[in-house]
Amino acid sequence: MSVVSLLLDNLDAYARGVGVTVALTLSAFAFALAVGVVVAACRISPVVPLRAAATLYVESIRNTPLLVLIFLFVFGLTKVGILFGYFTSAVIVLGCYTGALVAETVRSGINTVSLGQAEAARALGFTFPKALSRIILPQALRRVVGPLGGLFVALIKNSALASIISVVDLTGVADRVTTATERPLEAFAIAGVAYVLLAVPAGLGVGWLERRLAIHR
Amino acid sequence: MNATPLAEELGPRARRQVQVVTAAVVIAAVLGAGLGLRRLQARGQLDVDLWQPLRDPAVIRFLLVGLVNTVRAAAAAMAISLVFGLGLALARQARHRVIRLGAGAYTEFFRSVPLVLLVLFCSLGLPVYGINIGGYWYLVLALSVYNSAVVGEIIRAGILAVERGQSEAASAIGLGYWQALGLVVLPQALRRMAPAIVSQLVTLLKDTSLGAVIPFEELLRRGRITGEFYGNPLQALFVVALIYIAFNVVFSRGAERV
Repeated sequence: MSVVSLLLDNLDAYARGVGVTVALTLSAFAFALAVGVVVAACRISPVVPLRAAATLYVESIRNTPLLVLIFLFVFGLTKVGILFGYFTSAVIVLGCYTGALVAETVRSGINTVSLGQAEAARALGFTFPKALSRIILPQALRRVVGPLGGLFVALIKNSALASIISVVDLTGVADRVTTATERPLEAFAIAGVAYVLLAVPAGLGVGWLERRLAIHR
Repeated sequence: MNATPLAEELGPRARRQVQVVTAAVVIAAVLGAGLGLRRLQARGQLDVDLWQPLRDPAVIRFLLVGLVNTVRAAAAAMAISLVFGLGLALARQARHRVIRLGAGAYTEFFRSVPLVLLVLFCSLGLPVYGINIGGYWYLVLALSVYNSAVVGEIIRAGILAVERGQSEAASAIGLGYWQALGLVVLPQALRRMAPAIVSQLVTLLKDTSLGAVIPFEELLRRGRITGEFYGNPLQALFVVALIYIAFNVVFSRGAERV
């Protein structure tokens, strides 16, 4: 009974926590998609410096822990006057981090589009940006809906790191309820179940989207 | 010039366009870098006394011991996760339905829960129940609980990828369940899942940075301490990030060769 009473006592807090987690995840993912597509385009562009910069970006982000990036942004960049609220900071860092992973996924999707498509586009007089945005990307993106969905589900979990920079998301709520009630097992179990309840429908939604958007040949 | 998958060879006009864009990008990059440096300079972030401490052997040793702690925690968590992961993978194929469902529920739950939640639970929650095992073990415990589920799935996929005929042949020549598993199926499965295990190990290594909030003095924590002590968080965290990148790149390259 104790779990139920703890949940009922703190229902408002948990509901707000879920809201913050969802808002954080959705805005960071939108940001990540934009970053990812641009970086992927740079990584395959014929312009060498763009390719080098994009590779450097992806490799350094992928090999740095997310928490290091968050601290670097929040404690480091304030020193040069780059100051945002905690929520915005979390969205930016989560977006940049996931963006690097999105870029890799999109690039792998582009590699599955046959070369003939690009050649046909060029034969028709499409320039590189046009060929990419009109011919290649629409096909590539539809093929990586599944893996992108996987990144989305992972982002739900990664968003919990925002609680460390005092964003009161689900994890932050569990933290606070623990401090208030001295009942960590129940407080954290509720948050854990809430995360599972967020991740499962997200996974199902991805599966549905993947089937809807699949190219049937 | 033909590294782009969108064209095998560019024509004369496209090549000229590429040259123009390249020049524009280089100019923009130089301008951007100049502006960035000027900003750093204006805020005094390029001052020698902010970078100087990071060249001090004592500080370098302080950070490198942090890296050793990071590796220690990651190695311990990986070792535990491999054992429990194997157990979970086998349990998910057990004849007994209760064991199968239990292992499945454990895997699904802990895979979908954020690692931070587990780390915070271990460090804030366990002491309430009288379990005081110190930052290192809180971190290793949380990492192991989570990674057992992840590694278990990797091992299960590896076992399922070995053709059925292999285990059938093993029992046909009179091997028991454990013999067939240990002598025939696992050696083949291990080889196939090695790349996935290595990439999970890199992820695990990055995840040990959560020790910084427990607090356990791994690399990130020590970087924060350095930054606070000398008042140079930007520089200290930058160096920490470089250490992580260098270590992970070298580690992944090395593992690839093996």
